[in-house]
Amino acid sequence: MIKFSDKQLAIPKLMRPVYLVTAGQSKFDRAFPDKRTEELCVDALVQAAEMINLSPAELKSYIHTCYYGHFADHFGDQLLGESVIHDRLGLDPLGNIGVKTGGATGGSTLWEAVKAVASGYSDCVLAMGWERMDEVPTDEGNFYISCAADKDWEGPLGHIYTGYYAVMAQKYWKVFGKEEESFRRTLAEISVKHHGYARMNPYAQAPMKITVEDVLNSPVVAYPLRALDCCVMSVGAACAIICDEATAMKLTKNTKNKPLRIWVTAGSHTLRPADRRDMEIPLLPNESADQYKDLAKKFPGGERYPGFTGFLAARMAAYYAYNQVGIKDPTEDLDVIELHDAFTISDVQTYEDIGIRPYGYGRDYVESGDCYHTNPKTGKPGRLPSNLSGGLIGCMHSVGATGIMQVFEIALQIWNRWAEVHGDDKIWKKFNRQKPADWTDLQVKDAKRALAISHAGVGSHVTCTILQNPDHLIKKDA
Amino acid sequence: MSQIGQVSVKNGQYKIKGDFHHLELGQPIRIADDNWRLIGITNPRQLTHMHSYGGESVFFESLSQGKLMATRCDNPKCETKGSIFQPFRIHCPECLSKMTPIDMTDIAKKTAKVHTFMVCERSGAFSLLDKPIKFINVEFDGVCTILMSYLAVGDPAFGMKVVPCFKRQDPTFTILDLCFVPEGTKVDQLPRGFSY
Repeated sequence: MIKFSDKQLAIPKLMRPVYLVTAGQSKFDRAFPDKRTEELCVDALVQAAEMINLSPAELKSYIHTCYYGHFADHFGDQLLGESVIHDRLGLDPLGNIGVKTGGATGGSTLWEAVKAVASGYSDCVLAMGWERMDEVPTDEGNFYISCAADKDWEGPLGHIYTGYYAVMAQKYWKVFGKEEESFRRTLAEISVKHHGYARMNPYAQAPMKITVEDVLNSPVVAYPLRALDCCVMSVGAACAIICDEATAMKLTKNTKNKPLRIWVTAGSHTLRPADRRDMEIPLLPNESADQYKDLAKKFPGGERYPGFTGFLAARMAAYYAYNQVGIKDPTEDLDVIELHDAFTISDVQTYEDIGIRPYGYGRDYVESGDCYHTNPKTGKPGRLPSNLSGGLIGCMHSVGATGIMQVFEIALQIWNRWAEVHGDDKIWKKFNRQKPADWTDLQVKDAKRALAISHAGVGSHVTCTILQNPDHLIKKDA
Repeated sequence: MSQIGQVSVKNGQYKIKGDFHHLELGQPIRIADDNWRLIGITNPRQLTHMHSYGGESVFFESLSQGKLMATRCDNPKCETKGSIFQPFRIHCPECLSKMTPIDMTDIAKKTAKVHTFMVCERSGAFSLLDKPIKFINVEFDGVCTILMSYLAVGDPAFGMKVVPCFKRQDPTFTILDLCFVPEGTKVDQLPRGFSY
């Protein structure tokens, strides 16, 4: 049993308020044979400028420091790829640095950007992320991804990251899912939901109108996970502009973007799941120790925490974030969220890690209809809609960009600009994508607070981003 | 004529012999539906890295000798003193003192069981394992961590008792020299080159 000190569990504090001012993203797709990465990054930055009625040159004139999220150098076959992008964006001689934390790279890039502003070092920071995963065939791509696992202890075992991850999915399936057919269908429902929401998103790579049966009949990747349970492999870029209060107000004057307060926290856990040791469950504000006393009795095999069924890094990121901004209950206090649905089952695991449901009961978030924009059971708005972008399963997983895309999506909800950005016929046409006849506005009415989880592979890094309308802060002094 | 790259260490320095890379020209990439316009280039490359196992080398050498080595923290001041780690790790994650290598082959033979598993239908480039790969995570009595390996015979199940076997013949000196088989598996059923 390992323990953490009070100092390690101290709640983070920003030195001054930090704001998300604008953001942008490129089209996302499996491959862009006709575009260099810098072209996608320019697309993202140009959109961020347009969102606040500035020219790119005007916006650039405010930027003081740049953080670049780009995970897999070897995919692009270019070390210091960040410097290439920095130069092509014309941002010399500003200081810049690359950030790499696997699948959480986008979230971690924002984490660094927020701290740079909070500390007073910079008043305006660019956080830009991208990934180039189309320049090797799939087998070689799987090999490259597996290089994120321990090269001596895991890599030689098939060079397939899915295998290192999926042993945890299998354990969750056994212990908390109880291998029930009904749970298997719930997982499939997540895929249907996310591919379905992706249909309303012109940026999304994998829009599909599918059924639970389609998911259950898709090829097995690693039982019980099937092809349609898995996220896509993507190319694309996303960016965000993070500012102090004075700069935020100046940049957004007479625009549709109200500056949003932003906080980002982070947690970590062993790169090798094999190294996980037992500990007590760190509690979130809406939980009590009593509720987990008989967890192993209710769910035989669930004796270990986090064992192979939970993600400690996600729990810690949520622990820091909720206590920092005053969230008592995420379902009550938040209006919309984007989670890192690398696999349908990891989506469910995250519901528990971040306290949307207690450990063992994540599936209820889907089965209750709470996770939908419109609850299919009641026809009323979902209590806490998730992944309206389509998530990693339906929209994209362009690793370094993913966490930033998620934050752009939830910001659009609070800005009340979701329909403007997703429904514009010109964008559909520009991307050569067919806007569905039944296109639906997924704007969450009166959204004021939102969360995004950015997550690396087996849970080695996780960030939790909170956005709040500054007029509706839960805790004024956060 | 090319010669496979080989490495030894002498006087604390790598000594290399043979070829560590091979030359191959790239090929143009053209757009078929745009009058075969040039859009890129392939970059073929084959090279050999050198990699040190450092303080873990005893683990990988021992596999080829039929032994499963772990480490134990013996620092009397450490809060988790006595913890046994498998995967073998050099330093205690609590106190960072150098841990004591121990032979846990007998513990593994008597107590290993499947904590979780995954049958994976796919593999990445350069994989030497046959598909499907039967990933297993193995727990041992008295060990605080759970080793990842693969099941070489039969189908995995939760709680299944398994025993380690080792590639003594033509070892690869990688983690692939260790695999597990269900308890009671006969010697003639073991994969080629492996023995108990």
